[in-house]
Amino acid sequence: MTLGVYVLRRLLQLVPIALGVTVLVFFLIHLVPGDPARTILGNQATPQRIALLRHSWGLDRPLYVQYGKFMDRVVHGNVGDSLFYGVSAGHLVLQRLPVTLWLIGFGTLLSILLAVPLAAIAARNRDRVPDHLVRVVPLVGLGFPPFWLGIILLLVFGLHLGRPFPVGGYGSGFVGHLHSMFLPALTVAFAITPILIRSLRASLLEVLESEYVTTARSKGLSERRVLMRHALRNAVVSTVTVLGVNIGYLVGGTLVIEQVYSLPGIGQLMINSINQRDFPVVQAVTLVFAVMVVIVYLLSDVVHALLDPRVRFD
Amino acid sequence: MAVAAEAVVEAQIVEHRRGFARRWYRTPSFVAGASILGLIVLAALAAPLITNHGPTSQDLLNTLQGPSSKHWLGTDDLGRDVWSRLVYGARTDLKVAFLAVLFPFSIGTVIGLLSGYYGGWVDTITNWLVNIVVAFPFYVLIIALVFALGPGTSSIYIAITIVGWVSYARIIRGEVLIAKRRDYVLAAKSGGLSDARILFRHLLPNVVTQAIVFACSDIVLDILAIITLGYLGLGVQPPTPDWGRMIADGQTFLTTHWELSTIPGIAVVITALGLSLLADGLADLLRPE
Repeated sequence: MTLGVYVLRRLLQLVPIALGVTVLVFFLIHLVPGDPARTILGNQATPQRIALLRHSWGLDRPLYVQYGKFMDRVVHGNVGDSLFYGVSAGHLVLQRLPVTLWLIGFGTLLSILLAVPLAAIAARNRDRVPDHLVRVVPLVGLGFPPFWLGIILLLVFGLHLGRPFPVGGYGSGFVGHLHSMFLPALTVAFAITPILIRSLRASLLEVLESEYVTTARSKGLSERRVLMRHALRNAVVSTVTVLGVNIGYLVGGTLVIEQVYSLPGIGQLMINSINQRDFPVVQAVTLVFAVMVVIVYLLSDVVHALLDPRVRFD
Repeated sequence: MAVAAEAVVEAQIVEHRRGFARRWYRTPSFVAGASILGLIVLAALAAPLITNHGPTSQDLLNTLQGPSSKHWLGTDDLGRDVWSRLVYGARTDLKVAFLAVLFPFSIGTVIGLLSGYYGGWVDTITNWLVNIVVAFPFYVLIIALVFALGPGTSSIYIAITIVGWVSYARIIRGEVLIAKRRDYVLAAKSGGLSDARILFRHLLPNVVTQAIVFACSDIVLDILAIITLGYLGLGVQPPTPDWGRMIADGQTFLTTHWELSTIPGIAVVITALGLSLLADGLADLLRPE
C-alpha cells in the first residue's frame, strides 16, 4: 500500500469519529439540567430573553433539526456567537490558538529532551542504581497534579531564584515567546515525561536485546555507538507512537496550566467562558481540542508509517 | 463437560488467591503502596479523633497563623485549621475517587465482555464510541461535562464514567478475544451453558484481573481530575474541604504563605504514589507464576 492510499484510508476512518465528536459536543448543551437557556442566563433573566435565546439556539426545534443547524455552522467554521463577547466563538478561538499551539509544541520538545537521555541512561544501566533512580520518575511524577507543579515552579523560579524566566504572559517575537513560555512548557513537559520515560525505556531495552544489536556489538562497535546509532534511532518510532497516544493527556493538561500562568490561550478562554457560562465558546473550544487530538493521531500514524513501512501493510 | 469446565475455573481462581496470599508480603511495591495508602485511609477514617478543630470552623482573629501546638499546620485566610482541612479533605477526595472509579469499571467491564464475546455490530459500535471518547483530551471532556451538568460530586461521577469506561472496555475486550478461544470456554459452550453464564461465571473471573490492576492506576488519574476540578471551582463544593480547593485558596497567598498551597499538593503526590505502588505490586502479584 502506498503512503497516499494509507493516509486516505486513515482519513476515511476518521470521518465517523469526527461525526461522533460533533454529536457529543452538540449534546453538551442538552446535559444542562432543566432549561439550558434559563440556566445559562441565570435567575435574573426575563422570560423574553430566555425565549429569544431558546429560539436563536434552536432549542425549540426537534433535536435532529438542531443538530443539522449545528453541523451547518460547524462546517462554516462558526459554532455560535459568544454570549459574553458578542463575537463569533470561532473567531475568539482562532485568535488564541497560536498560544496553545506554542505551549503544546514547546512542551513536547522539552519532554523529548528530558525523556530520551533519562530513558537511555536507564536502559544502558539496566537494574543498576541509575536505572532504579530513573524508574522512580514515572512512579512519583504521574501523581503530580499539572497545575500544582506549575504553582511550585512559579514559587521556585518566581520567588527564590531571582526570576530568570517571566512568571506569566506570552512574550513577543520568537525569542520572547521562548523565554516567556519556558516555565509553562516545562510544566507541560513534566506532566508527560514520566509516561514517555516508561515507554521509551521498555522499547530501548527490547531493541538492545535484539539480534541486530548483538551483531553490531559483535562487529566491535562501542556501546555508545550502538545506543546512539542503532537503539535510539529505532526507539524514535515508539516515542512518536507514545507521544501520539498520550497527546490527549498533554493537550488537556495545557488547559489548567494556561490558567496558572495567565497565558491567553484557548485553555484559559475555556475556563473564563465556564465562569461566564458562555456556552458557545465552551463548545467551540471543546471541539477544537478534539480536532487537534484527531489531527495529531493522524499525523503520528503517518510519521509512524514513514518511519516503519511495515505499518502500512498491517 | 460444562461441569468440568466450571471446576477448572474454580480451581484456577482458588489457586490464584492462594498465590496472592503466599506472595503479597514478598512484593515490596505492594507492601509499600498498601502501607502508604493504609495510613492515609486510616487518618481519613479517624479524622474526628486526630483533629482538634472542625474543618470548616473559622477563627477570624487567628488567620494565616504559622504552625503551633494548637494548629499543627497553621491556619488559612479564614482562620480554619489546615491540618483538619487536610485530613477531612483526604476523606472527601478518597471517597469521591474510589466511588468514581467503580462506575466506569463496572460499565466498561460489561461492555468489554459483550463486545469481545459477541463481536459483529456490538463490537463495531463499541469501538466507534471508544474512538470518539478517546478523541477528546481527558481534562477537556471532564471539565466540559462537569460544566454542563453543574459543579458537584454527582457531576464528577457522571463525567468520569462517560470518559473512563472506554479504558476498561478496551482492556476487557482484548482479554476476552484471547480467552474465548480457550478450551474451558469452548467446553462450556459445547456443554450448552447460556451466554450469560459463560460471560459472567467463566470469562469474567479470568479476564477481570487486568482491569483491577488498571483501576488502581486509574484512581490516581481520577484523584488528579477531582483535585483539578476543585482547583477550578467545579469540583467538590464549599464548605466541604477538598485538596484542590485548598491549593486554589492558598495560591492567593503564595508569596507570603507558600505552605498553604504546597501542603495539600504534597498530600496528593503521596496518595498518588501509594496508589501507583499498589498498582505495580498488584500487577506483579496477579501475574500468573
